[in-house]
Amino acid sequence: MNQSAAKRGAGDVMLEARGMSKRFGDHTVLQDINLSIQRSEVVCLIGPSGSGKSTLLRSLAFLENYDDGEVFVEGELLGYDRASDGRRVRSRPSRLSDVRRNMGMVFQQFNLWPHLSVLENVMEALLRVRGMKRDDAHRLALATLEKVGLAEKAGAWPNRLSGGQQQRVAIARSLAMSPAIMLFDEPTSALDPELVGEVLQVMRQLAEEGMTMVVVTHEMGFAARVADRVLFLDQGHIVEQGPPTRLFRHPQSPRLAQFLGNYLERNSLFEAAPALNRVDD
Amino acid sequence: MFDLALLVQGLPLLLAGLWNTVWLSACGLALGFLIGIGVCSLKLSERGALRRLGGAYISVFRGIPLLIQLLFIYYLLPRLGLDIPAWVAAIAGLALCSGAYLAEILRGGLLTLPVGQVEAARLLGLRGRTILTRIKLPQALRATLPALLNEVILLIKASSLISAVGLAELTRTAQNLAASSFLQLQFYLAAAVLYCIVNISLALLAGQLERRFEKGRA
Ligand SMILES: Nc1ncnc2c1ncn2[C@@H]1O[C@H](COP(=O)(O)OP(=O)(O)OP(=O)(O)O)[C@@H](O)[C@H]1O
Ligand SMILES: [Mg+2]
Repeated sequence: MNQSAAKRGAGDVMLEARGMSKRFGDHTVLQDINLSIQRSEVVCLIGPSGSGKSTLLRSLAFLENYDDGEVFVEGELLGYDRASDGRRVRSRPSRLSDVRRNMGMVFQQFNLWPHLSVLENVMEALLRVRGMKRDDAHRLALATLEKVGLAEKAGAWPNRLSGGQQQRVAIARSLAMSPAIMLFDEPTSALDPELVGEVLQVMRQLAEEGMTMVVVTHEMGFAARVADRVLFLDQGHIVEQGPPTRLFRHPQSPRLAQFLGNYLERNSLFEAAPALNRVDD
Repeated sequence: MFDLALLVQGLPLLLAGLWNTVWLSACGLALGFLIGIGVCSLKLSERGALRRLGGAYISVFRGIPLLIQLLFIYYLLPRLGLDIPAWVAAIAGLALCSGAYLAEILRGGLLTLPVGQVEAARLLGLRGRTILTRIKLPQALRATLPALLNEVILLIKASSLISAVGLAELTRTAQNLAASSFLQLQFYLAAAVLYCIVNISLALLAGQLERRFEKGRA
């Protein structure tokens, strides 16, 4: 039995939200979110625009400070500490970084640092967070770029690369820190259609290697093939969740049925090949 | 009107004046830069009180003429029992004033930086100071290079005001030579040429840097 399968036992919870909610002013964007993600599980988050997918993902990384409830990363409360009087206070930055140390995130806009070369982008955190020696960081960064098929672009400037290549660099940058959980917020939405596949391919490989992943995506094909579980979010609620085959074939809620209907209609109208095949090699 | 022998004779004095202009401006700008980064960080702080403090600094030091700031520092501090040499007063005045302008220029540069770049850095575990020095400032400097060059040149020219605290920088030296020789045009022209040499060299240097930075852009 391989290692990741052996590790995937019940109770090996990597990421958990309990009764979490998030407001922007008077506007409640997430309400009473309960979510538990096991080691090596791949969870895809789908839902209409504005339903709160990004806000949920960002709250799980404490890029948004959620208002109520709790988020636990490998059992540790994220973003807050209990004060002596029982109330909670925002964690200090060093504590926050510590709780997030095994978490990586990939963004729709790549967010590479344009003034650093591809290699330097990947090396930066190895040098300044891990405190690795330059030689070691260089070697690990190159090996990680190799993994996403971009070792030959190590010396290039990020803005000279295609969107798909930039996103793979961003994945490598995150991956080099050997995260246990990776969050992806629409990693292919900013890409030209012909570049989507190469990024999904890398993500699929990660999933096969046992990475715990939470992926916000509009790529239903990817969700159908790679996800262990799909969550459908609507108006800040998790309306429905389950294995992709069940969710896609037999949606229980009218909202999900409608959402999937819209999706299929859009994609069959405008794409010769069904989107479901996009992940295929 | 022109007398080459007198010019040659006055040249060492002029160059000494130029040296004063250059090193006092350089020190003032270097310190001003640190002040600028600090004040800019205050203005971009999440806390209202700190933002107001940064704003107040900028209002005061941008609002009061440099000459008055210099005189204030030079005459006020001794009254408070701090006997400072003129060059310290000069550098302090230049630094405090340029700090206010540099803070605003840098803030403009930092505001154009996509927040996602900083979020990515935070999630990778980079700490605030590292993010500032490795991610934010290098890009803010590149983005604002022309404005920064402007400010540097303006400050070098404004540094003629430090003669008010008794320092013979380039302008004052030229004035002295002009007065004693009655060859006004000759010595003001010489001073003008020297200022231009410094400032054009800076512009060329900035141009080089800009071309170097351009390579990284699409
Ligand atoms: N910083 C913010 N301030 C105020 N409102 C916000 C903020 N960020 C998001 N919102 C609001 O929260 C709601 C959910 O936004 P979110 O970006 O999470 O949706 P999403 O599901 O990711 O949508 P999309 O598919 O378009 O990316 C939206 O109504 C949005 O306007
Ligand atoms: Mg979104």
